[in-house]
Amino acid sequence: MHVNLVDQYVRGTSTIHRLDTRVKVTATLLLILSVSLMPAGKWVAFAFLWAITLVLTAAAGIPIGSVLRRSLIALPFALAALTLLVTVPGPPLLELPRVGWTVSEPGLVRFASILLKSWLSVQIAIILAATTHLTDLLWALNSLHVPRLLIAIISFMYRYLFVLAGEGFRMARARQARSAAPAGSQSTGGNLAWRARVTGWMVGQLFLRSYERSERVYQAMAARGYRGQIRRLDPPPLSPRDLMLGALPVTAYAVILAAANWC
Amino acid sequence: MLKNVSHHTIDVTGLNFSYPDGHQALQSVSLYVSPGEKVALVGPNGAGKSTLMLHLNGILRPSAGLVRVGGLQVTEHNLGKIRAWVGLVFQDPDDQLFSPTVFDDVAFGPLHMRLGAEEVRQRVRSALAAVHMSEYPERLSHHLSMGEKKRIAIATVLAMDPLILVLDEPTAGLDPRSRRSLIRLLAELPQTMLVASHDMHLVAELFHRMVIMDKGQIVADGVTESIMDDTDLLEAHGLESPCH
Repeated sequence: MHVNLVDQYVRGTSTIHRLDTRVKVTATLLLILSVSLMPAGKWVAFAFLWAITLVLTAAAGIPIGSVLRRSLIALPFALAALTLLVTVPGPPLLELPRVGWTVSEPGLVRFASILLKSWLSVQIAIILAATTHLTDLLWALNSLHVPRLLIAIISFMYRYLFVLAGEGFRMARARQARSAAPAGSQSTGGNLAWRARVTGWMVGQLFLRSYERSERVYQAMAARGYRGQIRRLDPPPLSPRDLMLGALPVTAYAVILAAANWC
Repeated sequence: MLKNVSHHTIDVTGLNFSYPDGHQALQSVSLYVSPGEKVALVGPNGAGKSTLMLHLNGILRPSAGLVRVGGLQVTEHNLGKIRAWVGLVFQDPDDQLFSPTVFDDVAFGPLHMRLGAEEVRQRVRSALAAVHMSEYPERLSHHLSMGEKKRIAIATVLAMDPLILVLDEPTAGLDPRSRRSLIRLLAELPQTMLVASHDMHLVAELFHRMVIMDKGQIVADGVTESIMDDTDLLEAHGLESPCH
């Protein structure tokens, strides 16, 4: 049984796909950093940043529609900034009926900027995820000296997500297969409380199985010489061409950021 | 010390093992496997086969008795050497293949033997070639079929250049074609081999010698053909002769 969890990776051969993953990771972090340093309310600068992001998306050959759709995932998190609308002091824009809170103009500007910033940052991260396979990403994180324990956790998670999803799926199917209905009844499988209880058991089962599996995986690692320290091959040297290509969008972003601060 | 390698034997004497919950899994097990010999280990579920195998590279330690591999006693001190000599392949390849890509998994053993980068790459190449999976290094483990996973699992230990292969249920869960090609692969490999299996056809076809375990003890050890003819013995331990 094979569960197809959707990978973020989009197969391709664009320059961005082939760029050294270390350069990509560093550039992505720098781009996100400059987005978050952008002062609030500089709408023209935001438009420029977005234009560059769109150019990068097109250059990577990723459908822009899918990037925009996926980037909506940022919205729920940005809602945390909603309180800014009523807490930032300034000229009142409108008064909320009944609760009596006033929305201020600078509050609205700050909120909209945060919304834009998170939306832009997610788009930049999506470009990285769509052009880089997770295994390459792990390798790059390793050569950028991210702690190996952290990388090992991510890589196990990636590997066993599929195994776990498969197990969960099989259990759900087994429950379905035994959820018969009495003759004449339309619904199968009992009421909501019953379903909730069965789901609880399944989660518990899944945990126990994963726990036992972790024991066996550890044995398999120990059998091949693991003594508590993950070892990896050393990365090859960085090419100057990749470094320059990575510096391009970062410089563009930095220039816009500087312009927005001085104008 | 150095030339101990020349006799890659398995030598278990009077092995007892109890799990922490008190369950006695092995009772005075003694087994000698000579260099290059291929031995089948059969017996019902829970007979102690896997427990015995886990002793052969020191994952479990005897409660009493002695385990020697390649002439060396399995101790904390010898663990590094012994784990390089004994390739242990687990029953479920999803336990054996824990890295995202096939390359990472096959390279895991050599890397932990602290070999150089070029040597590691070379070993991965030849191990994948040995199991006829040379095209696979970049593949993701979770996208492989069961038969492919089993082969890669064997490659992960072949890359360590072991003298002894210990395999748990190598043909379990395989369709007839993958099973057939795996049997061919096992016949090709030159290592000393101890293989636990319920697949009596595999045992009859590949192994000259078989050992039956039941309730933590070795109850029969001899030439496969004559044991397979002894239907009473087989039945007494919940086994079936492949001819019926």
